[in-house]
Amino acid sequence: MTWLSIIISGIVTYFSRMAMVALIDREMLGTKVKEVLNYVPAAVFPAIIFPGVFFNDFGLLVEITDPKIYGAIVALVVGFYSKSVIATIVSGLLSYWFIIFFLLR
Amino acid sequence: MLSKSKIFFKGIVAVLPHMLSVIPFGIITGAIGIELGFNPILVYATSLIIFGGASQIIFMQLLSGGASSLVAITSVGVINSRHLLYGAVLSEYLEKLSFIKKLIISYFIVDQGFAESNKYLRQNKNLSNPHYYVLGTGVTLWFCWQLSTISGIILGSFIPEELGLKFAIPLTFLAIIVNDLRKLDHVFVMLVSGFASLILFNAPFKSYIILSPIVALIAAFIMLRLKK
Repeated sequence: MTWLSIIISGIVTYFSRMAMVALIDREMLGTKVKEVLNYVPAAVFPAIIFPGVFFNDFGLLVEITDPKIYGAIVALVVGFYSKSVIATIVSGLLSYWFIIFFLLR
Repeated sequence: MLSKSKIFFKGIVAVLPHMLSVIPFGIITGAIGIELGFNPILVYATSLIIFGGASQIIFMQLLSGGASSLVAITSVGVINSRHLLYGAVLSEYLEKLSFIKKLIISYFIVDQGFAESNKYLRQNKNLSNPHYYVLGTGVTLWFCWQLSTISGIILGSFIPEELGLKFAIPLTFLAIIVNDLRKLDHVFVMLVSGFASLILFNAPFKSYIILSPIVALIAAFIMLRLKK
């Protein structure tokens, strides 16, 4: 039963990857839709970032003093000016670790 | 004129920084599967067959918690439905490919690969073989994901939990969009999506992952209308 679930989940996931690439003709999308598609990264990724920063493991909103918030702010500033993926991730992690290992102990 | 292998290589290089979060996440995914009591082969099969980090963890958690297969499958489908949006964007660069090649390359469409491909290909519209870039990002992420989940399955969660490496996941995605903060229209769409996700977080089947982007894209549509 578990195997069957994995296979069906795999088919569903593959379909989500393949449908718009292989089954839809781009001519079918109007210019307005294409314009809106420019915003896909801006529309998708915050929905992963915000819960990752503002919710804890139990699905509750974190407090305003939560280290993740400050780590994210540091990463945001560093990323904005450096335009580097590595600098963004590393600065966020290091500042987060600095807070949890040094400031909170 | 860039050769196919150079374009492929550029794709590989573009996603390498994201390994900082992909590899720990893969290890955690493999280790969680074992902790939940699943057979190692089964845990690995989720990486090969489903190939979608967060959805694999949710899938195994739901099944081990006694949820029905239908609930587990629905959750995976809902979480991964965001790939429809990636496909719609990338289809611009993949439309000239044969049907078979489209079917193959689709398997490798992943968050970070989509984001980096989109960023690069938008600035290099005249590239002759853009799909090699998409493939370079996707294949790299695929290999690292397979290897890191396997190591998580074999070695367990050898990364101390105190490190809070889960936090690397929002950071990776922040790194992807941080440059677009220079454009006010994009910032607006990001804020709509972010706040929608906080409000919709407890909606069933983790549907906030697709509902928030839909809300944000509707907001983008209205914004474009008003601008004209």
